[in-house]
Amino acid sequence: MIDPLAADLTDEIAAATQRSTRSLLRRLLRKPIAIASLSFLVLVVLVAIVGPLLAPHSPDTASAADVLGPITGAHPLGTDSAGRDVLSRLLFATRFSIAGAALALVVAAVIGVTGGLFAGYYGRWLEGTSAWIAGLIQALPGIVVLLAARAVLGPSMWTSMAIFGILLSPAFYRLVYSTVSAVRDELYVDAARVSGLSDARIITRHILTVVRGPALVQASFVTGVAIAIQAGLEFLGLGDLSIPTWGGMLNDGFASIYSDPLLMLWPSLAIGLTCVSLVLLANALRDTLERSGSRRSRRRERALVPPVIEPQPVLRHDGVSRFADGDVLLEIAGLAVGYGQDDGTVKTVVEDVSLTVHRGEVHGLIGESGSGKTQTAWSVLRLLPAGGRIVGGSIVFEGVDLATVSETRMNELRGARIAYVPQEPMSNLDATFTVGSQLVEPMRVKLGLNRRQATARALELLERVGIPNPPRTFRSYPHEISGGMAQRVLIAGAVSCDPDLLIADEPTTALDVTVQADVLDLLRGLQEERNMGMILVTHNFGVVADICDTVSVMRAGRIVETGGIDDLFARPQHPYTQSLFDAVLEDLPARPSGDDRSSSAPTRTPQEGAVR
Amino acid sequence: MLTFIARRLASGVILLITISVVAFLLLYAGGGDIARRLLGEDASPATVAQKAHELGLDQPLIVQFGTWLSGAVRGDFGTSWFTSQPVSDAILSRLSVTLSLVFGATLLIAVVSVVLGVLAATRGGIVDTIVQVLSLIGTAIPGFLIALGLVLVFAINLGWFKPTGYVQFADSPAGWLGSITLPVIALSLGGIAGVTQQIRGSMLDSLRQDYVRTLRSRGISPRSVILKHVLRNAAGPALAVLGVHFVGLLGGAVIIEQMFAIPGMGQVAVTATSQGDIPLVMGLVLATAVLVVLLNLVVDLAQGWLNPKVRLS
Repeated sequence: MIDPLAADLTDEIAAATQRSTRSLLRRLLRKPIAIASLSFLVLVVLVAIVGPLLAPHSPDTASAADVLGPITGAHPLGTDSAGRDVLSRLLFATRFSIAGAALALVVAAVIGVTGGLFAGYYGRWLEGTSAWIAGLIQALPGIVVLLAARAVLGPSMWTSMAIFGILLSPAFYRLVYSTVSAVRDELYVDAARVSGLSDARIITRHILTVVRGPALVQASFVTGVAIAIQAGLEFLGLGDLSIPTWGGMLNDGFASIYSDPLLMLWPSLAIGLTCVSLVLLANALRDTLERSGSRRSRRRERALVPPVIEPQPVLRHDGVSRFADGDVLLEIAGLAVGYGQDDGTVKTVVEDVSLTVHRGEVHGLIGESGSGKTQTAWSVLRLLPAGGRIVGGSIVFEGVDLATVSETRMNELRGARIAYVPQEPMSNLDATFTVGSQLVEPMRVKLGLNRRQATARALELLERVGIPNPPRTFRSYPHEISGGMAQRVLIAGAVSCDPDLLIADEPTTALDVTVQADVLDLLRGLQEERNMGMILVTHNFGVVADICDTVSVMRAGRIVETGGIDDLFARPQHPYTQSLFDAVLEDLPARPSGDDRSSSAPTRTPQEGAVR
Repeated sequence: MLTFIARRLASGVILLITISVVAFLLLYAGGGDIARRLLGEDASPATVAQKAHELGLDQPLIVQFGTWLSGAVRGDFGTSWFTSQPVSDAILSRLSVTLSLVFGATLLIAVVSVVLGVLAATRGGIVDTIVQVLSLIGTAIPGFLIALGLVLVFAINLGWFKPTGYVQFADSPAGWLGSITLPVIALSLGGIAGVTQQIRGSMLDSLRQDYVRTLRSRGISPRSVILKHVLRNAAGPALAVLGVHFVGLLGGAVIIEQMFAIPGMGQVAVTATSQGDIPLVMGLVLATAVLVVLLNLVVDLAQGWLNPKVRLS
């Protein structure tokens, strides 16, 4: 039973895809390279069709009098080693070479696309079997198979190209299979199925339209390969001597390489230009399909114009933390971070950020995702993602402006004085090295320890961060330990060289709720024990309440409210801060109050702060 | 790790068996026609029948395969129909020549691709553009055409190398090096183009990974992060592509050997094909398959060494 409405709808989607294919051609034709290669290929095909009609001579008329003859009016490209007219042979060879490649392409496409469609759409045992066959076909070099086939079947270009088509079919099979199995479960295909369309109609109408673009790219590549291998075989003299081909002409020219090197020029040009055009066309097609092709961001960096940033008022709380009188460790003033865009402008993601971290103080940076808190943290390390840079302000760390200091000096500070605890523990360990080697490497570089000393220290650190069996974890690879363990390892790595400032970017967000509190405790413990300053990035006021002394609330790249935690918790003024509190209050308590963490600091859960 | 190796080895053996069965059936399916082709159209039916009987072609295909297989497991792959030389001798005597070409090209591909790929991924800008254009050319233009150009320029015009011929390593190491330089370069250009692209791409992917920032935050220098960590992570996919190109090199060597008149397996293949020397063709197919299976095993082991996660799967 077909639901006509749903069928219409899904057909409409398919039609839309078709329209987009038409506009694909239009976009493709905007690229000069695509136009040039396409024109050349059209020319080659035209020559293949009408060329032989225009040929001045028969391609096979040999004349002993004209062997390796020069360019004359009768023979515009001269004659070859058998006295045959080169131009005529070239025109006929184009027909046969192109037809041979087309045969291989058609065979490969028919087998590969059909196999891929069925294996991808129906799945199950078809998948396994056809993948295995595809692997088998590709296990042997094509030319060896073709030679073996020739030994049995005799020399025929058509047979060779048909067999080569089979050998090339996995290229289409793999592509179509992966595309189809990805699309198979798309909603619109489901909708078509539910509405009662037959499998055949779904495949032709919906799935083929998706596959068409990538298959065209593949076809272009495959044709190039077919032309190359066919020319290669003919060049070896293992082709079909009864018909003129580009490779055959090359073979003839190679024999006279000393006496008449020009003979090789025409077939070489034909083969080379056709193959290059096919690859260029394929690349242009792929670029158009992916709509990519902007590789310019890196070049633009130097041309960045610092944007004009208007200062805006920041709500400041007077009740500062107990560290306010101590040493200033880090002073960020008017920091702006920007990313260069393709059109040359700069998009700022952090503006006019100013904050101070004292020795021993934990400064919380809170805000929703995209508020610029992580960008601020990365700026302190000067490890912004590609394209990003500090476009204004200063970051003074113990008298050194990190915004302008040389890269060499900055690298000396990283790890040794300023360290970093990332958000996602698993992706921040290199999966190909053991946990131990990743701990040892920085200590050897930064502290100049030898391997034995560094290993001993790494084991101590692992013990300190609460790893139950340090030697075993030391020998483990990252995928062998849990997320909580990995985060402890990363914390151990961060403090391994006794830094003065720790940048912790949402250190508990990716962890199970059960280990979040433990990891926070660990961080606070290490921070107090080593009297480090710390910037803690979070989106959770519960975390701020747990371990911060001061807090800055960020929104849309700016700090909107800042101050000592007691006062800010007691009297949040900015509506955004209040809304963050409301969000936390809904699912608190994150931790029971009255914990044993720090006797001097008052317990600071938001509930209490709110009533005080 | 041992089960990992055992499983790869088993799948390799299955592949070998399948290839020999399929190749044998296809090659020998012609039966009496094979004898006819050997003797020419003018031979009388009686002579053809006698020839077929002589070569065992009159027996059922399955019996012929049984005979071949029982010989093959003992290392006897039959004898050439034309030279009466044992197939294994004919192939083994040429194997070292082809292998020095193919391994030389593999080595060159690996080294040049790593250098170019890393430069393109980390330097960007003009370096990247140049590498991209070069690898486009290397991908597009057939290897033998580039080889022709190399011969014309470096052998014929400049006279730096001899255009053809092969010198045994044992006879003169320097002469050997000179005789394989052009062929190896010609053979490797396509592979260099492909593997460079892969290394560039997977380097760019790896550079975006979180652990790169964390390593940098520990104060490890960018050079050390790139060469030790990022490259190792990028090497896996590149190695897979290199494996695919190795198969292509075995095929490319046939053409290159012919061009440079190098007496390797490729020449045997060309002669055997033209003559219809089917036992020899069968041996060549099998030898190629063994090389491919061995290489795949090495690639798998290297993948396991590069990435501990692979050892589990």
